[in-house]
Amino acid sequence: MIGRHKHCIALEDFSREELLQVLDLAVSMKEVLRRPIKKVPSLRGKSVVNLFFEASTRTRSSFEIAAKVLSADALNWTSASSSVTKGETLIDTARNLEAMRPDVLVIRHSASGAPRLVAEHVGCSVVSAGDGAHEHPSQGLLDCFTVRERLGTLEGKTLAIVGDVSHSRVARSDLHAFPKLGARVRLCGPPTMMPAGVERMGCTVHHDLRGALEGADAVIMLRIQHERIGDPLIPTTREYSKLWGLNAKKAADWLKPGALVLHPGPINRGVELAPEVADGPFSVILDQVENGVAVRMAILYLLAGGEPAEAKA
Amino acid sequence: MSDVIVIEGGRVIDPASGTDGVRTVVLKDGTVAAVAERADRPAGAQVVDARGRWVTPGFIDLHVHLREPGQEYKETVATGARAAVAGGFTAVVAMPNTKPVNDTLAVTELILARAAAAGLARVYPCGAISRGSGGEELAEYGELKAGGCVALSDDGKPVMNAALMRRALEYALAFGLPLTVHEEDLQLVGKGVMHEGATSTRLGLKGIPGQAEDVMVLRDVALAELTGGRLHIAHLSSAGAVRAVREAKRRGLRVTAEVTPHHLTLTDEDVAASGYSTDFKMNPPLRSAADVAACIEGLADGTIDAIATDHAPHSLVEKDVEFDAAANGIVGLETAFPVCLALVRAGKLTERRLIEALTAGPARAFGLPGGRLAPGAPADVAVLDPQAAWRCEPAALYSKSHNSPWKGRTLTGRCTHAFVGGRLVHQADGEKR
Amino acid sequence: MNASDIGEAVRRLAREVADRARTAGAADSLAIVGIRRGGVHLAARLRAELTRLLGHEPPVGTLDIALYRDDLSARGAAPVVGPTDIRFPVQGTTILLVDDVLYTGRTVRAALDELVDFGRPRRVWLAVLVDRGGRELPIAADFAGATLAVADGQDVQVKLREEGAAEDAVVVTGRKP
Repeated sequence: MIGRHKHCIALEDFSREELLQVLDLAVSMKEVLRRPIKKVPSLRGKSVVNLFFEASTRTRSSFEIAAKVLSADALNWTSASSSVTKGETLIDTARNLEAMRPDVLVIRHSASGAPRLVAEHVGCSVVSAGDGAHEHPSQGLLDCFTVRERLGTLEGKTLAIVGDVSHSRVARSDLHAFPKLGARVRLCGPPTMMPAGVERMGCTVHHDLRGALEGADAVIMLRIQHERIGDPLIPTTREYSKLWGLNAKKAADWLKPGALVLHPGPINRGVELAPEVADGPFSVILDQVENGVAVRMAILYLLAGGEPAEAKA
Repeated sequence: MSDVIVIEGGRVIDPASGTDGVRTVVLKDGTVAAVAERADRPAGAQVVDARGRWVTPGFIDLHVHLREPGQEYKETVATGARAAVAGGFTAVVAMPNTKPVNDTLAVTELILARAAAAGLARVYPCGAISRGSGGEELAEYGELKAGGCVALSDDGKPVMNAALMRRALEYALAFGLPLTVHEEDLQLVGKGVMHEGATSTRLGLKGIPGQAEDVMVLRDVALAELTGGRLHIAHLSSAGAVRAVREAKRRGLRVTAEVTPHHLTLTDEDVAASGYSTDFKMNPPLRSAADVAACIEGLADGTIDAIATDHAPHSLVEKDVEFDAAANGIVGLETAFPVCLALVRAGKLTERRLIEALTAGPARAFGLPGGRLAPGAPADVAVLDPQAAWRCEPAALYSKSHNSPWKGRTLTGRCTHAFVGGRLVHQADGEKR
Repeated sequence: MNASDIGEAVRRLAREVADRARTAGAADSLAIVGIRRGGVHLAARLRAELTRLLGHEPPVGTLDIALYRDDLSARGAAPVVGPTDIRFPVQGTTILLVDDVLYTGRTVRAALDELVDFGRPRRVWLAVLVDRGGRELPIAADFAGATLAVADGQDVQVKLREEGAAEDAVVVTGRKP
């Protein structure tokens, strides 16, 4: 359990103490990853099933490694089908997998609310690896971990999130976590990418990149995807890049010394982030990857370590 | 069985005639024979003790989906008609988005035949505005009217083509048929699944702004003005749409409107509170508190003529899936009265206005018989117990489908008896009188 | 045991370890690892004493065994994990594992499993302040400050000044049946 939670589906549900429980444990987990033998027996005999309805090599691999370092068995199940296509429904798929008695089901789906729906129909713990534009809790946690580790604390720090917030589950998870840990959040991007009423989630909205970056302690750059037909939010990636992309010159001129640049990946090099910045001195993108494994280890340990939930009944 | 029914001791609320007080109602040979402070009990008459109850004209629902022909697993004309009378509705207007769409005499006659066989609520078919509701060619309104249709709609879809809408309003004039329209601009709606606002942002669901409804209402009000046609706005939900209808009426246009019980009582926040429950997903979506307040105000001041449930049965196959993938709609015939009564208890609506919006209002909007309890009127009567508490759960519902946001809740207010043409077609469980 | 008993025991333990290390030719390759949480401060005290006796400062580390417990599935919640900090090479080193109380032996078993995941030590010695018997595994202390005959229902706690106690003490609570 993470606090009172049997599932890790939304950081919106987590209290400050529960967030800290995961982050503090991740410190120890990261130490394990630095050992010569990266394996501890804690989740031996437990199994973690990755149920990914959206393609994602990096997040899935991260959860898989996390499970294996803890000596759990990891199984990957990828599917392109959702309840919309003629095939097995989400609930049926989850139930079928549950019959194989996993201890944790890690699920990624394009529909917001899908992990919650699965959690209502299975008995094991459910971890969301991202659902629609709703939340990506382990990403939010690893972002907090990365910034906290580098800056020492999140209290009083200012975080800027730049990009297509309207489609971003990462931004929403960050918006739920960072303020609870004492940080201020600024969102920045074209007005079309700022979703309705987002200020009510506890942040300020900026359309000017320079203003948003001024005095910021950390910046999270989000990936931009441009739909040319349907509902275009920007005219071209060229214009987006000019106004909201972060290149080496803007980074050098506008970021304060010691500021951190993060990105959930994969990066659209040259669009939202120039290669020199992604690989440059402000960047902690690779830390994020390592910290992601540690954070996911912490989540799996807390949910799967200890008595299996069914045994209680 | 006696042909005479005497309903005694109940508070008769009949806004059409201005009656509100304890009366005795006598039904004979299928019509209302008397509504008086005192009346003799003819020998052999069946007596209904309505003390502590309300006695009203049978409710008329201008908007239900009976799913037959084509989707009988969700509901049939018979089960829908049974659910209707259980909710106090003695007449319903059946929307044409069946499979096949009701754009022909054949489908209209099928629906009427099923309704006659069931012998419960009266079913008035609504024909399609365009062939197959494809939005391109006019359906044959003459044939539909002759077959028994009382209105026209492409419900489920908007008529995006303004020129077609114009011609539809004009052509329908020849047959005295109102058009009841589902208003949404499909481009503005996009892939939206709930009301656009802070809640949809938090839930990560694509939003539908209220203005997607407003732009179409404004367009069609303008077309109603151009053509002099009869326009009825189905399931109004946004404040902007209420304002547009109010203005249209002020200017004397032939525009009427209906609102659902859920758009008077639930908001987008309820979607969040339910944890993505698809029993809170419908089109138009549940909107903001300000929109709900505007709808209540619109109903109270007469801008909105009728309460109509938009009863939309769906099975688990359509609903027990992730929110994005779920079908739109909830059932509403059996919960409408208690849900709207809560507004009366909260002081937001008068009892008279509530009953008017369920009886005289809808009758007037579509030019239907019924909706009043005066001598000579059809003997369609509802006896209601405003205090009766009951639990809304599948076992208690007559509808085949149970997709309701009130599932599992205790509701207060129910129909204890319903009469259609003087025949008792519904008696609530536990009713002896 | 009272404060002066404990002080005397620590000094004696350090002498015994130093003697044994010299005899084994391991004085230069000795490292101390305290088992969290009871062994951490004792490890620091032993280190101070051994520095005096050996003439150089042996490295010291901390081991948290939560991730290696053998009773994870039987517990309600996953046990809280603390920091493990081993910064010296374990390979070929003589490790002095330190804990406050030796009881069932399971903590030491977990510590050994964790330790070898860092490398293969030359040898491992176990030093404890109190050996209270009650072993459930074949584990023995190489150096023990004191041996107490205590029943299963009783609890033995070591309180140290470093943790905020007024003075050092070994406290036994509960009754003998």
